[in-house]
Amino acid sequence: MEWETVIGLEIHAQLSTKSKIFSGASTQFGAEPNTQACGIDLGLPGVLPVLNQEAVIMAIKFALGANAEVARKSVFARKNYFYPDLPKGYQISQYELPVVKKGYIDIQLDEGTTKRIHITRAHLEEDAGKSLHEDFHGLSGIDLNRAGTPLLEIVSEPDMRSAKEAVAYLKAIHTLVRYLEICDGNMQEGSFRCDANVSVRPKGESKFGTRTELKNINSFRFVERAINYEVERQINVIESGGKIVQETRLYDPNKNETRSMRSKEEANDYRYFPDPDLLPLVISDEIIEQVKKILPELPQQKLSRFMEQYHLSAYDASILISSKAMANYYESVVKESGDQPKVAANWVISELLGALNKAGLEIEESPISSAQLGKLVSRIADNTISGKIAKTIFEALWNREGEVDDIIEKRGLKQVTDRGAIEKLIDEIIAANPQQVADYRSGKDKLFGYFVGQAMKLSGGKVNPQQLNEILKKKLQA
Amino acid sequence: MHHKTIAELSQDLHAKKISSVELTQHFLERIKRFDEKLNSFITITEDAALQAAKAADQKLAQGQGGPLAGIPIAHKDIFCTDGIKTTCGSRMLDNFIAPYDATVVTAMKKAGTVMVGKTNMDEFAMGSSNETSYYGTVKNPWNVDYVPGGSSGGSAAAVAAALVPGATGTDTGGSIRQPAGLCNISGLKPTYGRVSRYGMIAFASSLDQGGPLAKTAEDVAMLLNAMAGFDPKDSTSVDQPVPDYTATLNDSIKGIRIGLPKEYFSEGLNNDVAKVIETAVKEYEKLGAVIQEISLPNTALSVPVYYVIAPAECSSNLARYDGVRYGYRCKDPVDLEDLYKRSRSEGFGSEVKRRIMIGTYVLSAGYYDAYYLKAQKVRRLIRDDFTEAFKKVDVILSPTTPTPAFKIGEKTSDPISMYLSDLYTIAAPLAGLPGISIPAGFVNKLPVGMQLIGNLFGEAKLLNIAHRYQTVTDWHKHMPEAF
Repeated sequence: MEWETVIGLEIHAQLSTKSKIFSGASTQFGAEPNTQACGIDLGLPGVLPVLNQEAVIMAIKFALGANAEVARKSVFARKNYFYPDLPKGYQISQYELPVVKKGYIDIQLDEGTTKRIHITRAHLEEDAGKSLHEDFHGLSGIDLNRAGTPLLEIVSEPDMRSAKEAVAYLKAIHTLVRYLEICDGNMQEGSFRCDANVSVRPKGESKFGTRTELKNINSFRFVERAINYEVERQINVIESGGKIVQETRLYDPNKNETRSMRSKEEANDYRYFPDPDLLPLVISDEIIEQVKKILPELPQQKLSRFMEQYHLSAYDASILISSKAMANYYESVVKESGDQPKVAANWVISELLGALNKAGLEIEESPISSAQLGKLVSRIADNTISGKIAKTIFEALWNREGEVDDIIEKRGLKQVTDRGAIEKLIDEIIAANPQQVADYRSGKDKLFGYFVGQAMKLSGGKVNPQQLNEILKKKLQA
Repeated sequence: MHHKTIAELSQDLHAKKISSVELTQHFLERIKRFDEKLNSFITITEDAALQAAKAADQKLAQGQGGPLAGIPIAHKDIFCTDGIKTTCGSRMLDNFIAPYDATVVTAMKKAGTVMVGKTNMDEFAMGSSNETSYYGTVKNPWNVDYVPGGSSGGSAAAVAAALVPGATGTDTGGSIRQPAGLCNISGLKPTYGRVSRYGMIAFASSLDQGGPLAKTAEDVAMLLNAMAGFDPKDSTSVDQPVPDYTATLNDSIKGIRIGLPKEYFSEGLNNDVAKVIETAVKEYEKLGAVIQEISLPNTALSVPVYYVIAPAECSSNLARYDGVRYGYRCKDPVDLEDLYKRSRSEGFGSEVKRRIMIGTYVLSAGYYDAYYLKAQKVRRLIRDDFTEAFKKVDVILSPTTPTPAFKIGEKTSDPISMYLSDLYTIAAPLAGLPGISIPAGFVNKLPVGMQLIGNLFGEAKLLNIAHRYQTVTDWHKHMPEAF
């Protein structure tokens, strides 16, 4: 039987506010345990939460970026459960009335097509602390630095049909929140994490199958692997006559498998009710208009502009807009290149990104500056160097050997474009290879490449390829 | 000296007839001498009090300091006090030393008051008799076999016995007004949002409100001047200017419309109490007030609604007492569940546990709509009753309680009858309205309180109407003989 996968994601984006969502304590990552938890974060008797307006502005930004409606009135609710790293015995979240209502985001698929993924809602909530199970000899340690850190939980519709689509959606949201500067997107530190709801159904069936919720999938790679594993597991269970149990499953990246954590029957009754310590969150049209004014160019807008302004394919453009830093880098290369957007795109995507990936570096850490790469592209365009030589210079730039023109000068890499010099070189080659010349002239066209190779070899690759072709053709025909 | 009101003591202090240190020592001595009989204090802060009194005297000597400078007061042990044990009447917090001051405590310090100690209360403010305190029952100064009311019973008893001229309390379903009524003092529950709840240990967040207890309405007005105000640390506090509540105390109340809710004067009301209130109403007529009967048709629903909403909120508010970070922790827990179960079973008393269980039940999946949501809807109806009533009258008058104080132990085995005794005080907090209880007479040598309920932010009017009554009566001047 042919199966169809159905996936919905719940993404937790940690908002990059300076202080916590309901207290004035700092949100900085990596401090000594319990040094960034004030009385409110500790849940002392008598303390009260006060909503951080910066977090509200960020939620509005997200709504505007995700084509979603901002709820004019939303309500904070208490989610009640006991856990040692949950100081108050409840988490302040939003339940029935979230701050961000329905929206959508378009994702680029490999085939160059676009798919619209709908967002059900996004709501504000506070994070819990951390339980530390190491180093305490049979006891658990509690670090409440993270308690009260603002989160935006973004819930998608079950619109994705493959692990690849899920990753594309996750990346699109990741790009969006970083463009909006509401989340640093750091998955290792847990500032951007996701749970996946996965089910399968026979192709053509309109009803959803029973879903499982996958937790602990905190990298793009793990999301794809975990979903693929889970899909296969579910199909196996059903095909061997079993039934899928609605449950939460934990992904183990070391074994690449998912394990049952708890089933729905064991699930907590969270006893949600509106938090009486907080008034309903009311957002006026004026505030939304103000936020609109400070909204940066969004990924989708940038994508369209890049395609139009630089004549790029959707695929290339989508790579170049994947982060603001990347897009800025590319645009600066174009500027330096003397209007060579396509060549610039090729160099950024295939050469630079390739090298960065290999070295495990981010675009911000590139040893080659955008000005340098732009200059390199401009030197290809003005025929100072050939594309092949450019790769040599690229390597030199990567090793921080200096500026483009200095490297060309020092290494004598300037392209030979003097017609007389090229003719002389070709004459020498023809003289030295009488047999090949004869063969070529008797119809072995393929030998043309041999002569090109000889010319490049003797000139150290510096001869201008177009001129070489033209003159060589003429001379061989003579 | 201890029979003087805060207003009189304030004059003496500013006239240098007495120093704050002398005054403070006097009340500290009275506490030492009499509180064994009453058990109205949990903590006495003698050293800090004398220091604060000295500081107040310095200010007064320089001609500085407001009307409350140098006045000894007590805080209900529900308000967090920096560096001082704050127990909320519970074993759970017997070892808890608050690391910060509640906003009310800060405000009272700023006004120059001198805290002499923290008063006893029903555990986590859950009770109407002060019998649920981990620190033992508080006795009524008018007859020590009787309850003083609750949950601010320690504050009420201490003021009634003149162990302190004024005290703070909190009111969730009547916890200021009911003990004030049963102890023959004046006590005001302000409009919800008028006084900051920051640092006031939560029982039911949508109902809790701090307020003052003192001998007279005038003293209550002076204390409220210091307590009231917007607090950015409490999102439910209301940003509205605070009038000088003493400025309008003597305004004429001629033509003022007083409503008597017929549901409050019906079955269940003790005949002798009814007679006391009838006499009080006649006094108001003499003062020029216009009396009319009104109806609050949903009155009977207020007790059941309260006993859904308050426990629901308390079940969540008290979840933080888990033995993990502070407060009581059971001995040698074997695992996490054992730690939770035993810390909470051993740390909480039975009334608190009863309400946590009720609250957990009404919020549970499958019961939420039938109980909590329904109760919220009925709460709106109760509020609408008052909105309608205040179209016809300026203030609502009733007895504070259906009977005078009951005997210690009389109702402990029957929580429902205990809950029903709060019938007249429970609706005002559900509607967020201010209410005051003032002395109105005696039945069998036990005090009878009269309640006045005002419209939202109508504290000034309530105090004015209460004060005018106290200018023509002397019930508030009666003091229990034994003290």
